[in-house]
Amino acid sequence: MLKEEDKIFKNLYNQFGWDINASLKRGDWSNTKDLISKGKDWIINEIKLSELRGRGGAGFPTGVKWSFAPKKVGSRPHYLVINADESEPGTCKDRDILRFEPQKLIEGCLISAFAVSAHVCYIYIRGEYINEGQRLQKAIDEAYEKKLIGKNACNSGWDLDIYIHYGAGAYICGEETALLESLEGNKGQPRLKPPFPALVGLYGCPTIVNNVETVSVIPTILRKGGKWFASMGRPKNTGTKIFCISGNVNNPCNVEEEMGVPLKYLIEKHAGGVVGGWKNLQAVIPGGSSMPLLPKDVCETIKMDFDSLVAAKSGLGTAGIVVINKDQDIIKCMARIARFYKHESCGQCTPCREGSGWMWRILERIAKGEATKDDIKLLSEVTKQIEGHTICAFGEGSAWPVQGLLRHFSKEIDKRCFSEPTIKKKRKIPYLVDQHLLESKDA
Amino acid sequence: MSIKKVHDKQPKNFEFTSENLETANKILNNYPKKNKKSAVMPLLYLAQKQNNNWIPLAALKYIGKFLSMPYIKVYEIATFYTMYNLAPVGKYFIQVCTTSPCLLRGAGKIVKSCQNKISQNQNEVSENGMCSWTEVECLGACVNAPMMQVNHGYYEDLDSESVDKILDSFLKDNPIKPGSSRNRTNTAPENNKINGVNNA
Repeated sequence: MLKEEDKIFKNLYNQFGWDINASLKRGDWSNTKDLISKGKDWIINEIKLSELRGRGGAGFPTGVKWSFAPKKVGSRPHYLVINADESEPGTCKDRDILRFEPQKLIEGCLISAFAVSAHVCYIYIRGEYINEGQRLQKAIDEAYEKKLIGKNACNSGWDLDIYIHYGAGAYICGEETALLESLEGNKGQPRLKPPFPALVGLYGCPTIVNNVETVSVIPTILRKGGKWFASMGRPKNTGTKIFCISGNVNNPCNVEEEMGVPLKYLIEKHAGGVVGGWKNLQAVIPGGSSMPLLPKDVCETIKMDFDSLVAAKSGLGTAGIVVINKDQDIIKCMARIARFYKHESCGQCTPCREGSGWMWRILERIAKGEATKDDIKLLSEVTKQIEGHTICAFGEGSAWPVQGLLRHFSKEIDKRCFSEPTIKKKRKIPYLVDQHLLESKDA
Repeated sequence: MSIKKVHDKQPKNFEFTSENLETANKILNNYPKKNKKSAVMPLLYLAQKQNNNWIPLAALKYIGKFLSMPYIKVYEIATFYTMYNLAPVGKYFIQVCTTSPCLLRGAGKIVKSCQNKISQNQNEVSENGMCSWTEVECLGACVNAPMMQVNHGYYEDLDSESVDKILDSFLKDNPIKPGSSRNRTNTAPENNKINGVNNA
């Protein structure tokens, strides 16, 4: 278990107050000037040493991302953009940082902006978090008043302005290029990569996009040293992480823990156990709804870090843990997730726009017991047509949970798909018009 | 993408009030001068706030002119994002989260309460004109599930009883304060002192 003194977010539940004086007492802004005076290379190097990986879902090493920004500012200014568009079902960690640890975020913004040579920082908050946004605005005003940001921030000689920009209810704007499009005043539809935002981002200028939690841990890492951060967890999966445990547990909660903490420990110790006892556990979604679910036998031993979960054919994602017990209909639950993706597809790429609807309708049919024997194969086929055929990772995000269901609950699905297909093979009527598919045997 | 109904009775004209015009000009300062298009989202919010929480088409035209943007571009944005209402909503606009984490903890009951108390269908204003409700996707308060958002406030840790009480308070135009319905400390675990937090 994580020691109390190693916790980064000491005010996660607002036990000590969120305002600037309370934050200063907790040590925020204590020696920001000294940290900045050590220079960009030292900061980036220390972050590389800490092996911090992005907390927004993809898990890309933060130090490496920063080093992609051009070393010298050319004719175009650099931008820092903070992604606070937290919309992944099962995730609510950034909300607590915005509400209760805003100064950690603001200090992180200053240091990160300095490291990537940006003088302007935009914080993109999802529109629903309007109260959290107003709280953050108050915190930003307080920081301006104390001259911690603004012209010659903290006497460091660096200028930084922070602006808040609200989203308006589009899940896709959590994808970094869609977020930039939205910030530019367009529909939030992702861009093709490359070019990556680090070179061509906001308004065509070099832009670094980081998650709220990633940026908020940076001041503490620099104070205590990259080695301290790397000493927790295991190589390439270091540090602490806020886990959100929701669903069928007795005490759903947010909790900061060491990376690599066993899933069972999180559920049993922090969340008060599964409703109906551990034996009543059916499955767990380990990293927000985009990540494939884990069946009970995997949950017994799995450790919550990036690489362990990838080895179990899932992912840490945003560390939003959704616990599903045996009182629930797992197929209905996944059909609801499929509906989420159908609703939130931005409509840019055909496989995702159409396929997400297909998956939802097939899963609804299976849940109601109206599906045919063919539907299982069709469903699996549709997920493969989406995966890897879209501009952004949303395609994978919608297909993976369904693939996880097919992988681990095939028996349950078989039971419900019993009716004969409307078009039988014997009649040799192809149900797909694609010519190349007609050539295959089972068309 | 969301399917949206544009209201059939549209006002002819829309203009920012002088106070909002000042706010709008302040918002423009947040973005580089040549990229004032970026302000379209905050300005749409401003128009929505000024016009009883919905945006008439005249406002889209007005904002288009204000930012030197084609009308269709503004229309595109107003229809792409779910939080811009293009038809009137109740004074208290209730958004019930029904995505999986809330569903697992009984969001269905909240939907039923809304149907019984406010209106059978979504996006219909209640008989006394106070409330309207809609189902929405994840609102990002999953460990406080089930929950709903009413105007700006999050109402968390709900059950049928507390929902009925809260809905009644809106229908009577005397709203209960937002937050956890059982006075829980934010997102801390209950009945559990492992984190050094005492909880009721």
